Formats: sequence, structure tokens, C-alpha cells
Amino acid sequence: MGEPLLVTDRLTKVFALRHGLLARRVRLVAVDRVSLTIDAGETLGLVGESGCGKSTLGLTIMRLYEPSGGQIRFAGHDLAGLDARGLRDARRQMQMIFQDPLASLDPRLTVGQIVAEPLDIHAIGTPAERATAARRLLERVGLAAHSADRFPNEFSGGQQQRIGIARALALQPRLLICDEAVSALDVSVQAQILNLLRDLQAEFGLAFLFISHNIAVTALMSRRIGVMYLGQLVEVGPSQAIVEAPRHPYTQALLGAVPAPDPARRRRRHAVQGDVPSPIERPSGCPFHPRCPLAQAICAVEEPQLRPVARDHQVACHFA
Amino acid sequence: MSKPLLEVQNLQTHFHTEQGIVRAVNGVSFDVPAGSVLGIVGESGCGKSVTALSILRLVAPPGRIVGGQVLLHTDGTRRDLLALEPAEMDHVRGVDISMIFQDPMTSLNPVLSIGYQLAEPLRVHRGMSSTAARDHAAALLDRVGIPGARRRLGAFPHEFSGGMRQRVMIAMALACGPRLLLADEPTTALDVTIQSQILDLLLELKDEFGTAILIITHDLGVIAEIADRVAVMYAGMIVESAPVAAIFAAPQHPYTRALLASIPRLGHWPDRLITIEGAPPSLADDIVGCPFAPRCPYRIARCVAERPPLIELAPGHAGACWVAQAGGLDDG
Amino acid sequence: MARYILARIIGLLGVLLAVSAITFVLMHAVPGGPFDAQALEHQQAIPQAIKRQLNAKFGLDRPLWEQYLVFLRNAVRLDFGYSFSSSGRTVVQMLRDQWPYSIQLGLLTLAFSTVVGIGLGILAAIKPNSWLDYGGTLVSIFCLVMPSFVFAVLLQFIFAVRLGWVPTGGWNSPRQWVLPVLANSLGPILILQRFTRASMADVMRANYVRTARAKGIGERRVMLVHVFKNALTPIVTVGGPIAAGLITGSFFVETIFRIPGIGSYFVTSIQQRDYPMIMATTLAWTAIISLTFLITDLLYALADPRVTYLREQ
Repeated sequence: MGEPLLVTDRLTKVFALRHGLLARRVRLVAVDRVSLTIDAGETLGLVGESGCGKSTLGLTIMRLYEPSGGQIRFAGHDLAGLDARGLRDARRQMQMIFQDPLASLDPRLTVGQIVAEPLDIHAIGTPAERATAARRLLERVGLAAHSADRFPNEFSGGQQQRIGIARALALQPRLLICDEAVSALDVSVQAQILNLLRDLQAEFGLAFLFISHNIAVTALMSRRIGVMYLGQLVEVGPSQAIVEAPRHPYTQALLGAVPAPDPARRRRRHAVQGDVPSPIERPSGCPFHPRCPLAQAICAVEEPQLRPVARDHQVACHFA
Repeated sequence: MSKPLLEVQNLQTHFHTEQGIVRAVNGVSFDVPAGSVLGIVGESGCGKSVTALSILRLVAPPGRIVGGQVLLHTDGTRRDLLALEPAEMDHVRGVDISMIFQDPMTSLNPVLSIGYQLAEPLRVHRGMSSTAARDHAAALLDRVGIPGARRRLGAFPHEFSGGMRQRVMIAMALACGPRLLLADEPTTALDVTIQSQILDLLLELKDEFGTAILIITHDLGVIAEIADRVAVMYAGMIVESAPVAAIFAAPQHPYTRALLASIPRLGHWPDRLITIEGAPPSLADDIVGCPFAPRCPYRIARCVAERPPLIELAPGHAGACWVAQAGGLDDG
Repeated sequence: MARYILARIIGLLGVLLAVSAITFVLMHAVPGGPFDAQALEHQQAIPQAIKRQLNAKFGLDRPLWEQYLVFLRNAVRLDFGYSFSSSGRTVVQMLRDQWPYSIQLGLLTLAFSTVVGIGLGILAAIKPNSWLDYGGTLVSIFCLVMPSFVFAVLLQFIFAVRLGWVPTGGWNSPRQWVLPVLANSLGPILILQRFTRASMADVMRANYVRTARAKGIGERRVMLVHVFKNALTPIVTVGGPIAAGLITGSFFVETIFRIPGIGSYFVTSIQQRDYPMIMATTLAWTAIISLTFLITDLLYALADPRVTYLREQ
């Protein structure tokens, strides 16, 4: 098996803001001591609702945000300790695709230029070789080679996402972070893109960090899933275990709320109460305790830590 | 058998754009029985939102309703909404039929307090005084689950979360007790736990007030959760219409089947998702034959030449497919 | 909020200081002194000896920095000295006597052009591409191409001289207000009409306007309550400087209609090298425009509850 490809150790990201009428300083803890691992060639899914920090975690791992604490080890190297050159080399192996396909493509460049741009930046090969590589990549993701001469806005949403994927593959990365990569796509297009991602994973041995608010999609794509709430990882384990036997009350609530496309299985009508809280006003102790059906006195006082409940399955709860 | 609350017959709404005439709604017919929930499901661009907007005549230029009838049956009367004068239409909106929209962030006026926006239909339609309207508004907010309702009347939309704003929208829409609520993707922009709260709320209010709901969504899970009947739209037309159980258990249109097959479901672990090749047709083009034919695995010659009408295949279950009508959908 | 206002006022004082220094330097950098210009007007050179005496009397022979400090010392007590061009009157006296006329003209113009400009803009937005819309645009184009002084003289000629409906000038009776206000309104009406139309057209596309229509409250209410209130921000933005410009008088209109305002001083003081007047008018203008910006910022907070003047990093 060897060492995992990516390891984060108590990774933290804090934003300092001024908030409210008196402009008091507040700390927004977007990512709170998250430790996770991704093996080479595997997919780790990350689910949660708005404000849980999953996207911020992805951006912090890529060091698009500077971590406020904790460690990131990629292929054995500590990312925090890298200088600019070292970071650039590391970045070749970690790429990202984003939620809004059109917004992440430069409208003034042709598709071919967009896909070849990473090769340009890292000065790989001659310009002719880069152009050829770009065309090959476009074909690999299911677009015609001559798409390279057209502009992004001439394509549909699904096709634009394919362009983004082609670009991400240009440097032959080992890890692909997919940040809500299919959330903006229609259902039928979504299926095409998900199949494509799985094929690419099999062919290139890619690891994925698959971030999404859609649990069904994430469960399908990922071998393991992490569930985040208010910046903390509250449960992590194999997809099947998480979906069929969730241990954390929040995970149970989340799964219970997903409407199943099967009228015979209409869920019981009591959704978890309350709003998804703002990360600026974090509850004390366990972040979920104000909404938790199992909450006891200790939950408001002491923050639960992730502890194993089964093989490869951890939960942060006093009562799970 | 009594008349349904709403009868839409052969509705056509076109957009006159530079690329030509876009037939966003191309001959759509359906009924909404009083007190029931009809779900219209389809992917983006199929015309489902425009259909709902057409019912209330809220389609903005360059869109225009060019044909059909929208019949509203209330208190023994029958009105064709498309034939009403604008002033009469204003008496229908908010009173007989209300609408809530997808994005609660931008669908509430940011510079007016929610108390004002809630009270507005009460003052305009019911002639209530400011105080009476405020009292009623506070009661409405309370009913939709906003804590501390009276205090929050003076608050502004940006002080609320997405889920709360959607509750405010629902309260506003139901203020004058309409018979029909049009809900255009009401939960799409919300987190899943909030979505389930809102769906619960809609069902509660429906039971309490007897309001019928026409819900527009692309999410088959939401449909399964809340709808009594389902209409599937594709390329501006309804391709299948059936009770909700039948749509999921025995879909009679290739598009419906393909859609159901391509969504990830919890607890199912296929190696590959089934996809629909190709893309929906452009609505600016004249579509000859069945709009789904180019992508349909069951396609026969007749499909390309002639558009299949929506006809009943089983009691209460209609489909627009030549192959299905010949019974050939389940062979092989 | 109080802290915000305080900070702005302190900032205003800083701006005044900077402007005074820059103006002072520029003023003295322009060739020629106050007594040369007057001499030109009289087509007679003032003898050097007398010129030197005059310069000494007004302290113009001192080093520049000293003159500036003297100026500052007096300015904080609102003593700007005697005007060089008007014998025996201090600058402050002149402004005090004559500014009210300009303010009156300005406020009347503001009221008139606000009603007409915003009104035409709203009508144009409600019925785009109709006669109302084109009519409003026509009025705006007229305002744009017609120089205010030509228009003023035209109005005077037609209505005062030929038709005799109103007097040709002066500022004592309301009948004398009509033509000057009309002539002065050209620029403001143009700007307000265009901005109102554009801002309303923009807001009308918003989702919440669709929601308002869906409530069946009637198109008029939708426009006047829902759309207009949201359209106000750009209108207020542009209205502020317009108001500031109006209450500091108009050179052409005041001259043509013989209104004893201060508009002319902005121009003539520079020609005449009337240093005290230059400083006073420049600083007055600066103070007014800064206060106007502050007021418009506060008006935003009033019109739009999302505006709260807190800083986020």
C-alpha cells in the first residue's frame, strides 16, 4: 500500500473579520483541525451543507488559501515548508476543477490555449507539442479535436466542464480536487461527467477529493466519505457504511433529509430543526449540539474527538 | 366528477429572439385538481418555468403567450386567465393563484422590511388597515416557523438565512389564501436539511388550507417526496403524465426511463451510470416529429416523421410515444 | 455611525487643508498679480511705486510660506481679508450678502429639475421604446447640446422681451424666478433623466420585481414602491454633486439675468487675481462638495438597509 498520497494533520483555516455594528473583530474558523488521508488512486468524498468548510478545505489543501495551522503532506513532502519553486512543482501534481464551468475558463482564450496553458506555464515541450497534447486531451474527455480553435462560450455547460477536466489533466496530476464539479449540471449531463471522471481515474490512477453537497453523487463516486459540519470532520468512513449505517446524528439527519426518488420510501416527516448555523457564531462544545436529538449536558461543554467505531470508520460524538 | 381547479389547454409561449422564435412552451396541456400536488419535472431549458410564469402571465418580453387557454375554476365560475384584462389579472395574482420562486436571496425586495412585503397583499387585496395587516403578517410568520415573529416584522431580508427567506416567501404567497400555489424550484438553492423542512412546511400548509400546489423541479427526489401526479417535460412539451407511483414504477416514455436510470440513488452502487447521449434540441428550430427521437434508443421511423400526441396509455397515465402506444416499450 | 460621521468630518478638515495649500501655490504660480490685472483693465499701467505700496499693504511682498501661514491663521477665524477688486468690502461680507441669492436659485433649480428629470426618467423606464421614452431622450439631447447661456438668452428674448410675460432680470418677485430656473435646469435635468431611466431599467430586471408582480399589487405600485426605491442609489450618487454645483451659483445664468449671486466670483476672481476671493470660493466649494458627499453617503444608508459602513478585511 505504501504511504498515503495526501495527509492533512489538524489542518486549520481561520479568517479574521470585522462584523456587526460595532465592527468587532471575529474569528471565522472555516476549517477546524481536519485530519484526513487520501491514498493514491482512491476517491475521498467530502459532504456537508453551506458553511461547513468543505470548499475552503479543498482550497487550503491546494494552498490557494494559506493554512492557519496544521500540516499538509503530499507525496511525503510537507507543503507548508515549500518555497515558491517547490510549491509550483507540487502544484503540478494537484489540480482542481470547479463548480461553475464557464467562470473558470478565460473567455478570451481559445479552448486549445486554455488546455495547453498549464504546459505553457511549466514550459513543458515545444509549442507544437503542447498544441498536440491539448488536442489529444480534448479527445480523451470526449470533445472533438477541432474544439481547440473555438471559444468557451460556444459550448454547453457539460462540455465546458469537460474542457476544465482536460486542462486539469494536462500536467498529469496525481490528485484531482473536484469542488462541486457536477452541481451546476443537468442530471443527464451529470451522469456523463461522472462516468468520464471514473474512466479517467481508472486509466490514469488519479486520486480524487470529491467535494459536494449531494450525498448520493458523492457516495457513488467515493470509496470513503467524510462528513463536515461547521469546519469539523464529524464522521469519516467507507461510503457504504456511511450511507447504510451512519453513526453521527448529523450524518443521520443529512441522509434522512435526502429525498429518495421512490415514492414508496417517503421519509417520515420530521426533519432536523433549526438553521444551518453561521461559522461566526459557533456553539460551544460539539458544534451540532443545539440541533442534536441526542444532546446531553456534556455536549455543550466538551468537544468530541474523532474516535474509531469500526474498521476505518471514525465518529466525533460522545454518544455514537 | 367536478372540474379540476386549473385546466391548461394547449399552452404556447414563444420568445422572439435574434436567433429566431424560441418555442419555450409548445402545446402543453394538464390539469391540477383542487388540493392536490402536481409536479412538473424536466431538465433546464425544457420550458417548465416558463409554463408556470405563463399561468400567471408573468412572462417578460421578448416572451409572449401566443396560444392556448388557462382555465381557472373557482366558486362555480370559469375564467380563462389568458383572456383577462391586466387589471383583472392583478386580482387573480396573490388571491387565487400565488407563486414562489427559486432564489430566496434575490426574490425578496432588499430595501423593504419583510413586514411591509408581507402586509402588502393584505392591504391591496383585502383592504386591511396597516395594523390589521401587521397582526396578520405576524401570525403568518409564526405559522411558517419564524421564531419571534412579531419582533422580526421590521427586519430586512438580508438579515435572514436562505431557508428563513423561503419561509417568508411562502407566508407572503399564502397571505390571501390562494387556491393554487405555483412553486418554481423552491428548494433548489437550499441546503438539503433545510429543503426537507420547506417541503414538510408546504405539505402541512397544503393540508391545512387545502391549497393545490404546482411544483416545478428538476429533482426527481423532490417529486417523489411531495407530488401526487407528475408531468415530465422535454423540449417544451409534456411527454408523460401519470400518478407519482406509476411514473417511478412503470414509466411509459423513453426519456422518463432514461432520466430515472441516470440519477445516483443512495443505496445503489452501479459501476456506471446510464447516460443519455446527445443533448436536447434547440427550441429555436422547428421540431419535426418527436423531440426526443434523435436520442431515443427505441426510435422507429414514425418517430422522426410525426410528433406523437399525449394520449392515455393506462387509466390516468398518458404518454407521448409511438412505441409506447403500440405497447412496444417493454419488449426485449 | 456617529464614529463614522466624526471620521468623515475630520477627513473633511484634512481635505480643506490640502486644497488650501495647493490652491495657494497655484494661485501665486499664475503670472501676474492683482494690481497688474486691474491696470490692464484700466489700460493704464500703475506706477511701480504705487504698486509696491499696494503689495506691501496687502502683504504680498512677504515670502510665500509666510503669506500662507497668515492666511491659515486668519482663515480659521473665518477672516479671509478684503477683496482686492471690490474696495472696502471683506470677502466674507461679499459672500454673506450674495450667497443667499445663489442658494435660492440653486434650490429652486434643484427642486424643479429633480421633479422633471426624475419624472421623465421614470416615465421612460415604465414604457420603454414608447413616445414617452423617446420624448424623454429628446429632452435630454436638447439639454446636452444647448449651451446654457444660449438657452438663457433665448428664453429672455422670447419671454421677456418679445412676449413680455416676465421681467428680464432681477430676483425680487417670483415671476423673475421662472426664466433663470429654467435656464439653469438644463444640465441637471439631462443627468437625472438618463440616470433614472437607466437605473430603473436595471432594477426592473430583478427577481424581486417579478415577485412583486406575482402578488398582484398592480403595476403602478410595483414601479413606484418596489422599483423606484431600489433605483435611488445611483440617482442619489449623481444628485449630490449636482446639488453642490447648483448652490454655489451659476456664472452664466446669474450674469444674464442680473442675479446678484456669487457665481461670477468663481470666474472673475481668477481673472482679477483677487487672491482672498479665490481662496474663499475654492474652500467654500470644497467644503460644500465634501459635505454633499457625506450627506449622500448617509442617504444611502437611509435608502438601503444593507449599507452599514462597517469594514471587513
